[in-house]
Amino acid sequence: MSDSRPSYLAHHFDHLEQQKQSATLGIWLFLITEVMFFGGLFLGYIVYRGLYPEAWHLGSGKLDIALGATNTVVLIFSSLTMALAVRSAQVGNRKGCAHYLLATIILGSMFLGIKAIEYSHKFFPGPDSHYFLIPGKNFSLASPYADQVQIFFSFYFTMTGMHAIHMIIGIGILIWLYVKALKGSYHEHYYNPVEVTGLYWHFVDIVWIFLFPLLYLIGRH
Amino acid sequence: MDHPVVPVKTYLTIFGALMVLTALTVWVAFIDFGHGLLNDTVAMSIAVLKALLVLVIFMHLKYSAKILWLIAGSSVIWMIIMIGLTLTDYRSREWIESQAHRAIPWASNPPIEQAAPAADDGHH
Amino acid sequence: MSSAPDTSATAMPKNYLNEKITVSSWLLTLDHKRIAILYLVSLLAFFLIGGLAALVFRVELMTPEADVLRSETYNKFFTTHGIVMIFFFLIPSIPAVLGNFLVPVMIGARDFAFPKINLASWYVFMFGGVLALIATIAGGVETGWTFYTPYSTMYANSNVILAVCGAFIAGFSSIMTGLNFIVTIHKMRAPGLTWFRLPLFIWAMYATALVILLGTPVVAITLVMIFVERAFGFGIFDPALGGDPILFQHLFWFYSHPAVYIMILPAMGVVSELISCFSKRRLYGYRVIVFSSLAIAVIGFFVWGHHMFVSSQSTFAGLTFSFLTFFVAVPTALKMLNWIMTLHKGSVSLASPMLYAFGFLGLFVIGGLTGLFLSTLATDIHLHDTYFVVAHFHYVMVGGGVMGFLGGLHFWWPKITGRMYPEGLAIFAAIVIFIGFNLTFFPQFQLGVHGMPRRYHVYPEEFQVLHIASSTGAMVLGFGYLIMGAYLIWSLKFGKIAGKNPWNARGLEWETDSPPPTHNFHETPVVRHPVYAYEYASETSNEPDVQSEKGHV
Repeated sequence: MSDSRPSYLAHHFDHLEQQKQSATLGIWLFLITEVMFFGGLFLGYIVYRGLYPEAWHLGSGKLDIALGATNTVVLIFSSLTMALAVRSAQVGNRKGCAHYLLATIILGSMFLGIKAIEYSHKFFPGPDSHYFLIPGKNFSLASPYADQVQIFFSFYFTMTGMHAIHMIIGIGILIWLYVKALKGSYHEHYYNPVEVTGLYWHFVDIVWIFLFPLLYLIGRH
Repeated sequence: MDHPVVPVKTYLTIFGALMVLTALTVWVAFIDFGHGLLNDTVAMSIAVLKALLVLVIFMHLKYSAKILWLIAGSSVIWMIIMIGLTLTDYRSREWIESQAHRAIPWASNPPIEQAAPAADDGHH
Repeated sequence: MSSAPDTSATAMPKNYLNEKITVSSWLLTLDHKRIAILYLVSLLAFFLIGGLAALVFRVELMTPEADVLRSETYNKFFTTHGIVMIFFFLIPSIPAVLGNFLVPVMIGARDFAFPKINLASWYVFMFGGVLALIATIAGGVETGWTFYTPYSTMYANSNVILAVCGAFIAGFSSIMTGLNFIVTIHKMRAPGLTWFRLPLFIWAMYATALVILLGTPVVAITLVMIFVERAFGFGIFDPALGGDPILFQHLFWFYSHPAVYIMILPAMGVVSELISCFSKRRLYGYRVIVFSSLAIAVIGFFVWGHHMFVSSQSTFAGLTFSFLTFFVAVPTALKMLNWIMTLHKGSVSLASPMLYAFGFLGLFVIGGLTGLFLSTLATDIHLHDTYFVVAHFHYVMVGGGVMGFLGGLHFWWPKITGRMYPEGLAIFAAIVIFIGFNLTFFPQFQLGVHGMPRRYHVYPEEFQVLHIASSTGAMVLGFGYLIMGAYLIWSLKFGKIAGKNPWNARGLEWETDSPPPTHNFHETPVVRHPVYAYEYASETSNEPDVQSEKGHV
């Protein structure tokens, strides 16, 4: 066994299958912690929405559905390219793996770009709008529910902000993977890093799948 | 634990389904089902369905060992514990007050849902 | 000590300690045993800081007036004590030191599944710790370790943000450790080591890791909310906007109550090992103890509201949480009964680690039973936020957690360092610590019942006698720790060479050298016996076997 030990098998594992299973188990356990992390925010959202339904509908109405829906499409598309990157590595298509990783990076960056546009609309609402939706001292909205709407926007920014931070970290990892994939490091015998990152990326996608209806689509009817 | 290679066609089908569901969730958001709760239920059902598609196919849960199902399931269960027990507090806060109301039969008993924000404004 | 042992380093065979001795070989090590030593040294430093803070305010409390500290400074001292002891000593103590060292060795693995993450966890921990210390030195924090809103987010004029960041970052380190534990226990056990042959310490680590993974992220996001509210002025818990500070308490205690089990479950694991070894007996009710550990881990998540009985959460919620809390007592009591049944008919020896185990049994029973007073809704309203609570959780945290840590440290010290400490002094220190501890905290039960509230530094004169007793006890306790530190350091150089299995214990960690070689075993061990098989002769034991009963494999 020792003579045929490949360089990508770490010293403390007996065989590749053990290493692969450990990596998969590890990332799933990590994703539990991520679920609970966002879970705290969802809990706050549910509690306050239960207390202040009108304010929540009012706040949600100030968000841009078109941009939110576009972002949903972009992110799901990036999940597809991520899944295809993993698949390419699995079948030993090293070049395809790199290309799909690059596509995922581009789509992820697009998501962040659209998010930035949305944020900027809140920061610079334009001269004729009579409200300012960044929570804090300057928050202003002509409504009896203005204070509670501020809480809605605190959650909007914290939730999407935390999500965006996860995206940024994910893109960072993807860039690193892309550089290694260009060198052909990932192939049918060893693709743990791509697979693990893929699982993380899909999880971030799932968070957005819930954020989109909860933040953008309530009280529209 | 063996990870079979999923055909590209499957991935594309799932992607298509996710797109359709995204369109659907936007569309139904503008339909009035008569009760807000119903709209929420529909929106959340679609979101759960989308999440399941991503979990089962994109994240290969379908082809994975039982332990990963257990892990994924336990995170949902713990979310439910956290949210459920916290709501036990919020949903029962008016109980004692509204019982007091009922002790006086002629006093009008405001619906709890509407009384909540006003009552909370004051005393928190 | 009379027969001068060969103390030169060359006498030791090649092991993880002497293979490389450069500073960078320590700071960049991926060896779980060295990382455990890094943790040990840093945790003892934090323990010292937290302990000194406690001594300062115990001195202040010797008189009813404020003569050493002003009220604000007093608040800063007890906050430092709480933050440092909980986030930077108790939560990581047994998992990060003993767990890091022992988990791979006990299951016959060469290392953790993710050695780099393991090393990263130490750096992350130190980063968080340094931030918290900077917060303390640069003016302190006076919110208490619980960071209750709205005080922490809107009114406190202190370094709340830094301290919150420190606790937040330290949380990641425990997540990394917990993740490593679970994956390693699942995937890297030696051939023949089935789940029900695992030592109970491993099971305790497994249960602890589950709590860490499910709970810690919630406090992380809670601290993020505090951060955005305080730093950016986002309204989240602000009552002026209709925000609810009680929501913060729900989120905070959802983690911080299970965190109690992060501190106590590992100690229970250590005590199981100690009792089995020093009774020379397979643990009575092994499976019951396994499942009770898992049960505690799960039930621990259902009870957090008992910290909030007087917080204006709804009466119904208080009732529910009070009811649920009683269920934690069941698995805990089961463990206790099984330990006592193991002692019964065992050939018990009173070595120093066993003294700590006995200390744990007695003190934890007191801590647990007084917990029942507090989980009862009606009595809690009287006892809430009094010294009764302080005494209760110190009996659990120090009487349980720290006693378990010290017992384990003594038990595995020969394995970790390869040398024995002087047994006579160790017994003396254990007794001093036990007396000091009880003298410190038992009077606090009295104080609490008579109505002395916690977190006050000025108090009516009739409480002074009990406060003086408590402060004296704190000094005795500190003295005990000092003796212990002194002889442990002394033993590093002058201690007797321990040999593979000084306690004639069972378990894979005793089959390898002391200290173990870098990759733990010279060849992968194969497990053929059930756990704690004292009926079989150990290859490494120094004495003939106590029992020669037959058993089945």
